[in-house]
Amino acid sequence: MEKNVALIALFAALIAVLGLIPKITLGFGVPITAQSLGIMLAGAVLGSKRGALAVLLFLLLVAVGLPLLAGGRGGLGVFAGPTAGFLFSWPVAAWLTGFIVEKWRQPPLALSVFVAAILGGIVLSYAMGIVGLSLALGKSLTESTSLMLVFIPGDLIKAAIAGALTSALAKARPSSVLSRA
Amino acid sequence: MISLTSPVKTRAHDWPAGLKLAGLCASTLGLFYITSPYAHLAILLAILAAYAAPGRAFLRSGLRSLKVLWPFIVIVGIWQVVIGEIADGLMIVMRMISAVALANLVSMTTRLSDMIAVVNWLSTPLRKLGMPTQVLEIAIALVIRMVPVLMGKGTRLTESWRARATRRPSWRLVLPFTLLALDDADHVGDALRARGGLTSERES
Repeated sequence: MEKNVALIALFAALIAVLGLIPKITLGFGVPITAQSLGIMLAGAVLGSKRGALAVLLFLLLVAVGLPLLAGGRGGLGVFAGPTAGFLFSWPVAAWLTGFIVEKWRQPPLALSVFVAAILGGIVLSYAMGIVGLSLALGKSLTESTSLMLVFIPGDLIKAAIAGALTSALAKARPSSVLSRA
Repeated sequence: MISLTSPVKTRAHDWPAGLKLAGLCASTLGLFYITSPYAHLAILLAILAAYAAPGRAFLRSGLRSLKVLWPFIVIVGIWQVVIGEIADGLMIVMRMISAVALANLVSMTTRLSDMIAVVNWLSTPLRKLGMPTQVLEIAIALVIRMVPVLMGKGTRLTESWRARATRRPSWRLVLPFTLLALDDADHVGDALRARGGLTSERES
């Protein structure tokens, strides 16, 4: 119990700190932040349940007014803004990523996490985010999707990094990758 | 850590946080049912007036947190001009700004402790069902404490990278950083246990 609470709290803090790392700008001018990497890692490292709880805890603290989102944003406004769908998708994304890593054990861990992070952190996350975007901007789903396409290369890179990191973590400290415990 | 609550005291700081949050939920939902552009203009002006009322510093920090909406305003603006439905575009933009501004207004006028009190109140039904909700309080406190701790560790990792390498710090730092966080979690877990654990029931 204590161990789980500490892990969930520490990962929520980790997601916050990853958001404070300065943005990297991709070759074609699209900024990416490491925060969504934290979401993928939460699922991949902690497993589905703890991963989702860590993200929920993080979002709760954002909602009560701590500026923990990338770029120092926070408060209730971000949950009413055009990108709120992405925030709401994060706990589910972490859960799905963790769930796939837990169940799909045949391939090497890095590959399993890469695919899981694509399905959870990109496919599912964008699906929910785009619905939110189309509601806020009054645009159709296809129009909203076209607005978000530029961010996909960055997120693919993050999914690959999540895979590499989780497998390195499993080598450095096998017991720490709880999705495979 | 600095929360987003405005240091400029307003009357709204003393209103019950739960009431403000319930009102926010209702009015955000309401915004999506209003279709008249004039009504939206009136709402937006009223919200801006509420921002301006407590003084210049409050207005300035309020407008600063709305800046993130610029790209969306530009996108919707260009789009609507291209398809020729400018009135619709104005309504969408005003609705978006109002929704975010209203929510930020509640955040700016509600203290962190009041917000957490609402969270505790909301978890009452779970407590009645026998779930240990004090765990949530501990977890919130832990995150607030650990963010600056982890930030310090991250800074030290970056500094030692800079001392060794000529290239800029890369994503590779995330690995030792995650390891440090997991080690901390181990120690915090042990410490919580050593202090009597989180649940009142004792293991036999």
